[in-house]
Amino acid sequence: MWEYTDKVQEHFINPRNVGEIENADGVGNVGSIACGDALRLTIKVDENQVITDAKFKTFGCASAIASSSMLTEMLKGMKLEDAKKLTNDDIAKALGGLPKEKMHCSVMGREALEAAIADYTGAILPMAQGEVVCECFGVTDLEIIRAIRENSLVSVEEITNFTKAGGGCGKCEGKLRALLAETVEGLPAQPLGIAKKKRMTTLEKIKKIEEVIEREIRPTLKKDDGDIRLIDVDGDFVTVSLRGACAGCHSSRTTLKEYVEKKLREQVSDSLIVEEDK
Amino acid sequence: MAVLPEQVIYMDNNATTRIAPEVLDAMMPYLTQFYGNPSSMHTFGGQVGQAVNQARQQIADLLGAQASEIVFTSCGTESDSTAILSAVQTYPEKNHVVTTKVEHPAVKNLCDNLETFTGRKYHTTRLPVADDGTLDLQRFKESLTDDTAIVSVMWANNETGVIFPVEEMARITKERGILFHTDAVQAVGKIPINLAETAIDFLSLSGHKLHAPKGIGVLYVRKGTPFIPFLNGGHQEHGRRGGTENVASIIGLGQACKLAADKMAEENTRVRALRDKLEKGLLSSIPKSLRNGHPTQRLPNTANISFEYVEGEAILLHMNQHHICASSGSACTSGSLEPSHVLRAMGVPFTAAHGSIRFSLSIYNTEAEVDFVLATMPAIIAKLRVLSPFWEENK
Repeated sequence: MWEYTDKVQEHFINPRNVGEIENADGVGNVGSIACGDALRLTIKVDENQVITDAKFKTFGCASAIASSSMLTEMLKGMKLEDAKKLTNDDIAKALGGLPKEKMHCSVMGREALEAAIADYTGAILPMAQGEVVCECFGVTDLEIIRAIRENSLVSVEEITNFTKAGGGCGKCEGKLRALLAETVEGLPAQPLGIAKKKRMTTLEKIKKIEEVIEREIRPTLKKDDGDIRLIDVDGDFVTVSLRGACAGCHSSRTTLKEYVEKKLREQVSDSLIVEEDK
Repeated sequence: MAVLPEQVIYMDNNATTRIAPEVLDAMMPYLTQFYGNPSSMHTFGGQVGQAVNQARQQIADLLGAQASEIVFTSCGTESDSTAILSAVQTYPEKNHVVTTKVEHPAVKNLCDNLETFTGRKYHTTRLPVADDGTLDLQRFKESLTDDTAIVSVMWANNETGVIFPVEEMARITKERGILFHTDAVQAVGKIPINLAETAIDFLSLSGHKLHAPKGIGVLYVRKGTPFIPFLNGGHQEHGRRGGTENVASIIGLGQACKLAADKMAEENTRVRALRDKLEKGLLSSIPKSLRNGHPTQRLPNTANISFEYVEGEAILLHMNQHHICASSGSACTSGSLEPSHVLRAMGVPFTAAHGSIRFSLSIYNTEAEVDFVLATMPAIIAKLRVLSPFWEENK
């Protein structure tokens, strides 16, 4: 079962602004029935370039319906200029967040908005001009690169969560990885986030943990006259001892979880659990 | 917000079932006073062993098997893995496996990953199904080769309830000297089974699908069928499955099998009639709705209905508002981004696959519940269709 926020559930059960505006100034159609979700957004724009009305029709799951409903609420009364700057994250945030596997629902909302604005201004949608990377869901390289940039994506799994690309037959996984490497500066050719299939050996894991401690964690702790030592790595359990001023510091637990564990999860493996040797 | 058991209309019995009160009563002494180890030498433990064997007999009776052919496992998945891995290890020179495109993930994913377990490459034939979910026997015959180690075909499909002719398939398989396994997790307790009259070598069943607890399964291993254990350890189950027995659940499963035998007629008359009423009612009151699966060659409790141009998760969540429990084969509920592999194998169009709902009944369902669902569903589908951009142009 998905964990939807109250806001998502409320907008799903009682969606606002359902329907189509007659003689709409802009119409945006995205998605398809084969893909499992689709959204038709219609907007009305007045002479002051303000969106006076927005309506939607959505085929899709609860989060797709809630995202569409929220989008129309946000748009009403919004200046076109501001609407152009609206991101998928703005929609997700307004709903109090979406499950990560459902982020593509908010992306669909933003795409429909862009399409509707382009329809109004007569512009050509740049995103549609890209090369299709994921054939199952018809996602182009431009759409993927944009999702990576705007949402700071670091793994193929995240690309799938945000764009659905790679969520079908999975044949485009290599291409997605390449796009990720090209787009994210400083990311190794084998990004950390997709180490899912090829599991690190314990030896590799220990080496990486030691590296991160030496390079980042210890220098930071030293600034506060603290120090850290790696005691043991057993599977995902990392045991360290905090020394110097850190030992006995009443906020050492916070240092351990909020700083050390966070850093190691970011840079080594997100399943690591750091505990202090007492 | 918690939902209380008495509030729900539970029509998701192919997912799991409630423990029958009689089953729980039978189990309680073995969760409290009689905690001895069935393998112990003392009477206090030994009497538990006797109870385990009585349960073994109750299970064998439901299946038309001998008690010695029953091996207790932890779940249906373990039974499936044990059977298939045993067969491929028995014939290390063979590198072909036959299964279907609509198996449960317990079989499907194992067959996809056999190389990981055995270190050898396997060629897997996945038999296609027709639009109504049935198998083509001729095609099956042609798929068997001298290289085939095992055939694994489910007895009844979990999503559509469609029944496969496994008895005939096992006979054909046997003639070729090939082992036959059936995942009968959905079939056991719902339709009569008499293994003594079949050539089936292995059969998997799972307790929680027939009103026993979760965490208990059985692998039937025909007398004389070569067998290599999956879990090695102590001498339990005559060396066929190590690990101290899950005594209380075994006792519960025995009782559940006895109940299932007693209720088999009811399942196939009253429950079938309820299912038929539900299905006919939905199909007639909701336009553009269709049944997935063969009309008669099917379990008595399962109805898989597609509501075109609306999405399954959205339907389920509206049903949830009324505390109606069911399942969907839509992408959003399958955990992947694509709809059910079963419906796709049947060639169900996307317009319908995304909007499929599986209702699976049990002997605990009542006609009043069916009436409530029939009264509730049309408004849910209509509400979602108002939202759907595809409805106006297709209605």
